[in-house]
Amino acid sequence: MTVFIIRRLLQSIVVVFLMSLLVFVGVNVVGDPVDMLINPEADQAEIERVIRHFGLDKPLHIQYGHFLLNALNGDLGKSFIFGMPALKLILMRMPATLELAFSALILAVLIGIPLGVYAGLKSKAKVSRTIMAGSILGFSLPTFWVGLMMIMVFAVMLGWLPSTGRGETVLVAGIELSFLTLDGLSHLLMPALNLSLFKMSLVIRLARAGTREVVHQDYMKFARAKGLSESRLIFVHLMKNILIPVVTVLGLELGGLIAFSVVTETVFAWPGMGKLIIDSIHLLDRPVVVAYLMIIVLMFVIINLIVDVLYSILDPRVRLQDMKT
Amino acid sequence: MPQPTLDVRNLQTHFFTRDGVAKAVEDVSFSLGSGEVLGLVGESGSGKTVTGFSILGLVDPPGEVVGGEILFKGRNLLKLSEEEMRNVRGNHLAMVFQDPMMTLNPVLRIDTQMIEAIQAHQKVGTDVARERARDALGKVGIASPDERLRAYPHQFSGGMRQRVAIAIALLNQPELIIADEPTTALDVTIQGQILHEVQRLCRETGTALIWITHDLAVVAGLAERICVMYAGRIVETGSVDEVLDRPLHPYSKGLIESVPSHNQRGRRLNQIPGMTPSLLSLPEGCAFRTRCPIADVECRRLPSLHEAETERRIFCHHPQRETA
Repeated sequence: MTVFIIRRLLQSIVVVFLMSLLVFVGVNVVGDPVDMLINPEADQAEIERVIRHFGLDKPLHIQYGHFLLNALNGDLGKSFIFGMPALKLILMRMPATLELAFSALILAVLIGIPLGVYAGLKSKAKVSRTIMAGSILGFSLPTFWVGLMMIMVFAVMLGWLPSTGRGETVLVAGIELSFLTLDGLSHLLMPALNLSLFKMSLVIRLARAGTREVVHQDYMKFARAKGLSESRLIFVHLMKNILIPVVTVLGLELGGLIAFSVVTETVFAWPGMGKLIIDSIHLLDRPVVVAYLMIIVLMFVIINLIVDVLYSILDPRVRLQDMKT
Repeated sequence: MPQPTLDVRNLQTHFFTRDGVAKAVEDVSFSLGSGEVLGLVGESGSGKTVTGFSILGLVDPPGEVVGGEILFKGRNLLKLSEEEMRNVRGNHLAMVFQDPMMTLNPVLRIDTQMIEAIQAHQKVGTDVARERARDALGKVGIASPDERLRAYPHQFSGGMRQRVAIAIALLNQPELIIADEPTTALDVTIQGQILHEVQRLCRETGTALIWITHDLAVVAGLAERICVMYAGRIVETGSVDEVLDRPLHPYSKGLIESVPSHNQRGRRLNQIPGMTPSLLSLPEGCAFRTRCPIADVECRRLPSLHEAETERRIFCHHPQRETA
């Protein structure tokens, strides 16, 4: 297991390095941030001073070398716009996004798995057909539209839930959290539900497919022949088997959930990093964009590592193979 | 005569498929006392396995037990509630399945799967249950059972897994074990070991055994009585020696003659002509009529299972008495 983790870490470093190269070059060949930053009436000397100030006069590979050296020291550059370290800027917004993403993930699992298992066990029942039809809607309706509809119904027409912002937050270990206050929870509910809708549909379909496959296995019948109770059959024998694909897919999807919560954050004016990245792209704030992408890459790498470890806990057959390598 | 452990009377299990009703088990009756071994023999699709599942109440839809009685120590299992039936399963009545590679849950450890089988029926602590599980593993001939308890099914070979399955069946000392071709998927040497083991265990504990198989050689060495099934019905029943040496039903006769060891080297094997008919379109009258060498007009009428000789019943109009 240890060898496996070390090997995976080494692979991760290569991935992160390659991504930094791609991201840096990609971002730096698009547009000219100086145009955006400078007063249109500034003279040539002023323009050149700004270019030198940001180091944009040097060739690209030198710029990249600087970036890499600084990055190793934890410095991903300063935002052109805000004049503060890009990393700090993003990390300030990160808790809000993470809170939103994890809430969405938890909702997707807590609602998706029971519905999926039910639909798998009673595949002919009307309720199951309704669940499956609903999951198709969850797949295909655009997130922003569902978000707008939710705001219209629950915030405007019924007035039950607030439509924007994080609400009252509590400071825990230097991080602001919404879900610890009632007000914060009410602010969190709609965006989290909105973001989780797609993943929930995915979980429902995975859980249903898994359930339909597993219930017909001999080992389920043998377990029944042992005289086990229905609840033990479902919650132990069935659940542990269907969790394997669910965990794999959700792990991969979690990265996407964090990286692409942009739409939901925009609709609900959630002050997370998705909103920051959209603004930064508009303003060609290169260091922020690069820093954001690097953080996302790191996040994907770490999540995949965790998924692999979780996977091996769930499936003993995987565990054994890892130990051999 | 003492009360039999199991008394199956006129059992009917039908499958309601889209193409019609398949009568997988039709009018099946047999009984066996404690410690007795009954061989249930027949081709694939003759209803042996469904008979076993019917007794345990594990027939999956679209199948359904539609008639008859299953008296287990005098209690009709078909009348029990689901909870009462759950308590019988694995406790008084256990089953071993055909494919050992599929019967154990791949993601649960052996000890989990054994302890839960004990705790489903008795309120005992996990430590006590683990000890009983370990003893059971030892009994079926698994070396270092303490270590093996902590293993997962994929760390066992097929023969070992079947031993584990048998150990699980034995855990609560059931009065009856239904073994559904438990050695078919194993190679011959392992088969022999397992047969020997099961025979010994049943003798020691007085457990009755229904051994479902298509292998006549296995039945010959193991069972006392035999039921030959064809197309959902029992066509012949009697003591093993009688039936195998002097089959009365033309189907039993054909089955026995098609065993290679009965033939001379170099000669064509005797086989029963034709194929098992589909359960959805059985011939009228005797289902074996279309493949039977001695069928005549009378066979268009359904025969009855009648006593041909003492302790021997046969489902045929023309018992093969003269040929031996």
